[in-house]
Amino acid sequence: MSRPDPATASVAAPASPRRGWIVASAEWFGARVPLHLALITLMVLWSIPTIALLVSSFRPPGDVITSGWWNSIKHPLDFTLDNYDRVMSQRNMGQSFVNSLIITVPSTVLVILVAALAAYAFAWMRFPGRNTLFLVVVALLVVPLQMTLIPVLQLYVHLTVDAEMPILGGKLFGVGSFSGIWVAHTAYGLPFAVFLLRNFFGGLPRDVFESAYLDGASDLRVFFRIVLPLSMPAIAALTIFQFLWVWNDLLLALVLLGDPNLAPMTLTITNLVSSFGTAYQFLTAAAFISIALPLLIFFALQRYFVQGILAGAVKG
Amino acid sequence: MIGRRWWVPWLWLAPTLALLAVFLVYPVVDTVRRSLLDARSDKFVGLDNYRFIIDNPQPLISDTHAALLNNFLWLTVFTVITVALGLVLAVLAARVRYEAVAKATIFIPMAISFVAAAVIWRFMYEFNSDIGTVNAAITPLGGEPTRWLQDTGAPQTWLTDAGPDTMPRPIQINNFALIAVGVWMWAGFAVVVLSAGLKGISTEILDAARVDGANEWQILRRIIVPILSPTIVVVATTLVIQALKKFDLVWVMTAGQFKTDVVSTLFFKEAFLFRDFGVGAALAVVLMLFVVPIMLIAIRRFQFQEETR
Repeated sequence: MSRPDPATASVAAPASPRRGWIVASAEWFGARVPLHLALITLMVLWSIPTIALLVSSFRPPGDVITSGWWNSIKHPLDFTLDNYDRVMSQRNMGQSFVNSLIITVPSTVLVILVAALAAYAFAWMRFPGRNTLFLVVVALLVVPLQMTLIPVLQLYVHLTVDAEMPILGGKLFGVGSFSGIWVAHTAYGLPFAVFLLRNFFGGLPRDVFESAYLDGASDLRVFFRIVLPLSMPAIAALTIFQFLWVWNDLLLALVLLGDPNLAPMTLTITNLVSSFGTAYQFLTAAAFISIALPLLIFFALQRYFVQGILAGAVKG
Repeated sequence: MIGRRWWVPWLWLAPTLALLAVFLVYPVVDTVRRSLLDARSDKFVGLDNYRFIIDNPQPLISDTHAALLNNFLWLTVFTVITVALGLVLAVLAARVRYEAVAKATIFIPMAISFVAAAVIWRFMYEFNSDIGTVNAAITPLGGEPTRWLQDTGAPQTWLTDAGPDTMPRPIQINNFALIAVGVWMWAGFAVVVLSAGLKGISTEILDAARVDGANEWQILRRIIVPILSPTIVVVATTLVIQALKKFDLVWVMTAGQFKTDVVSTLFFKEAFLFRDFGVGAALAVVLMLFVVPIMLIAIRRFQFQEETR
């Protein structure tokens, strides 16, 4: 970092090249150290809550309510799975993990299928009112979900089918059914999904489509053989988003499910919070079970996740 | 395909349009209608439900004024802090080699549900400073252990002993404690989007400014912020919508107790606990009216993009 050109050095400070080197590295140090310090402080601050949760969930139950999680550094090997045992044996805990999967997977697949069809039409078909209609769909992004609950709930009450859904349990449709919540999650996910996919489809090279059409390929063929394979990054991103949203949803589960046997993780943990109060040894374990899968998915597919945000927000 | 029949596009759109009509368009219209009817949606009552929101006749069970003020606090404080923090973090992270790790660390809370976040933060905010991390951290620094989620006092009461508790209403310790959790969850979003925008600024401009003797603060204020302003608007818009719709977080942390209600939690109580669909619907309409200007911004943004596509 020495300054070979004496002229430049003397402008800053009339000193020898050697002195210049010291000044330069001091400046560098003075700029770099606060930078790293600020960044690392924020990173630590941001991770502390999650680390506190993770550490506490593995501590002996008695310790969690009497001493802070940071004390476990004194006995680093004193960890146990007791809390997880207790939580998993709680009524509904294992079942609600399964319920969360039953609710989330079909909701995610459905939204992608339905939205991809619409996005293809918006991006590559010509029809009157195309842009206006697309605008309306995008505008629906900002309708508060809570606002729609009363009418949707009433509709569901009317449409409830009392027959039992085979294998999965719950009713066939309506309040207290898995199929009811699949459809609702799909509908609420559509504005964002259509928005994201149309933008991605619209960016695909035009030539590919034209040559396929000239070869006499049908829309369905183009859609399945060209559009979907080329759009895997966008679809992956959307999958992650929708999966996280549905997995983390509390409101729709609260309103549309009712039956505790169908409750997903979020609902069961909320109930645990009210019954366990401040029994953090169990709450932390329960919370960690509920975030394990989303975290795993996030770390595995982090690249797509970021791409998805960018496709939706920046490239637009 | 060139010779497509006119109804083919509508066939592809049909499932989406049907679902949106049933789950979003019809409910919006119906909610507006119900907001003019009584609690059981039987009788027309004009604007009585809106008058209820303005007059606030039952401040103890459903404090509409507190909800509106709190929502306003969320809208401003949450949005400003998250955008500012996201910008600073994005700028800082761009200068280090562990940028990806730094961004991922900040982003992790986005993958966590509000319910799990509530457990995490009730634990963090625990009053007993032997357990509660926040109180344990401030006591050695001379702070008093605080009931972060219950305390409706003004923030300056724990900063100094001097000031009396005289701040106007939404400025409460517990509101700020809740907003802090919101910031924790959403900063990652702001960082990722802003840092992508930052990558688009050519280093030549920044280097030229440095050669001309601009310091880093000036570069941030005069160059980075103006160039990034479209991206900042996108981030801020998303966050404002989040702030307006804020439900899960408040509901699981305090259930709106201790004067922390926002419009959507109060709406939920009115409609589903007190069974007053009229007031509930009116609150939802008020919420939507707040959202309309943002909707207009979103639409204008899209039109601009279509022109430049």
